Amino acid sequence: MITKRIIPCLDVKDGRVVKGVNFQGLSDVSSPIELGKYYSDCGADELVFYDITASAEGRALFTDILKEVAKTIFIPLTVGGGINTLEDFDRVLKCGADKVSVNSGAIRNPALVREAAKKYGDQCVVLSADVKRVDGVYRVFAKGGRENTGMEAIKWIKDCVAGGAGEVVLNSIDTDGVKGGFDLQMLDAVCNAVNVPVIASGGAGCAEDFVKLFKELPKVDAGLAASIFHFGEVKITDLKQLLKQNDINVRL
Amino acid sequence: MVGIIDYGVGNLFSLRSSFDAIGESAFVSGDPEQLQKADRLILPGVGAFGDAAAKLRENGLDQFVVAQVEAGKPLMGICLGMQMLFEKSYEYGEHQGLGLLKGTVVGMDGRLPAELKIPHIGWNALKFQQRDCPLFKGIQEGDHVYFVHSFYAEGCEDALAATTAYGKELTAAVAKGNLFGCQFHPEKSGRVGLEILKAFCAVGGAQ
Repeated sequence: MITKRIIPCLDVKDGRVVKGVNFQGLSDVSSPIELGKYYSDCGADELVFYDITASAEGRALFTDILKEVAKTIFIPLTVGGGINTLEDFDRVLKCGADKVSVNSGAIRNPALVREAAKKYGDQCVVLSADVKRVDGVYRVFAKGGRENTGMEAIKWIKDCVAGGAGEVVLNSIDTDGVKGGFDLQMLDAVCNAVNVPVIASGGAGCAEDFVKLFKELPKVDAGLAASIFHFGEVKITDLKQLLKQNDINVRL
Repeated sequence: MVGIIDYGVGNLFSLRSSFDAIGESAFVSGDPEQLQKADRLILPGVGAFGDAAAKLRENGLDQFVVAQVEAGKPLMGICLGMQMLFEKSYEYGEHQGLGLLKGTVVGMDGRLPAELKIPHIGWNALKFQQRDCPLFKGIQEGDHVYFVHSFYAEGCEDALAATTAYGKELTAAVAKGNLFGCQFHPEKSGRVGLEILKAFCAVGGAQ
């Protein structure tokens, strides 16, 4: 059967990995190429590169880096950040990305998901949704989680999947950064609403959080995290062993 | 020298790079004259069967591929490129394939248990159906490879080389003489995928 995926996420600004990386044994911890290779060698099932650059120069640098990454790492690569148009899809796919993640771009232009899916296939379009509870209702947030769009999240996600999003990354703003575990309740609601792979994001604080995620919600396909991997708090090799010991099917 | 057949479908950057990574020289071309010079060929492909088959025909590459395979040149189809080696596909209608292998391509929808997600996306294990298949020289049964597909080949008869379990045993790889195919993406399957490409490059054939 298909395995559960473990996905480290790397934020890249001006060609460098940001958000403090703390590794021994890497000569350049903020090189996306070195860090990506390290994760790939440790058994990461996929890598997400998030471009948080604002400038055009930074953006060009990002695609150069992406090309280098795709030349050395042979696992699926997902790219997000600043994806607003079909040209943006084209730009990153040409550099070796396999999937493209859209967030604010889809909020600004709801036709983007449909157009991209039509041109590049559903499997290529990943909807990334930042969701937060407001007065007991799941709401979609834009601009990196700073702005409440007022849209009800489950309907928004369902509409995007109907439009052709082939995967959903659900980032719970409520649990993000808290390190108290994934937002199982929110994930359950999304898993029950769509029939495409759902990737859990936001809240992982330790390896056991991944065990709990896949045990309690077998419908979730993958777990994504950044800082716990970057700071070496959780080693992907160890995490996968732990999952296997708990009868969760992983690629070792 | 590996010739990667470019017929305007999908992005060949990673595929090209994966041959560099295993130290094999490879080039991308849509020109039969150039491709003719390669020792072995890769037929890639993503997207819809009908469109891809039409594009291959448009460039006259369908006849070229058949002729090269019949002349004994090793060829490997990847993903949709593998599916095109078969007789027919029922992806949104009925389309003719290259007919190099027996079998048809059918949709997962309605043929797999309803609770399974479609497409089949992710890492899944290989079960060997041909133990001595040259593609598997550097890998082991149970190794994981990366799949992304909603359609699969069935009725492959003795060409069936490996399967993967997703509701049922789906065709994962095919091999018959100098002709090979992988439903998964070896160029996205880490070390295991690179071993498969390496093994393909070691297959003999008409030079």
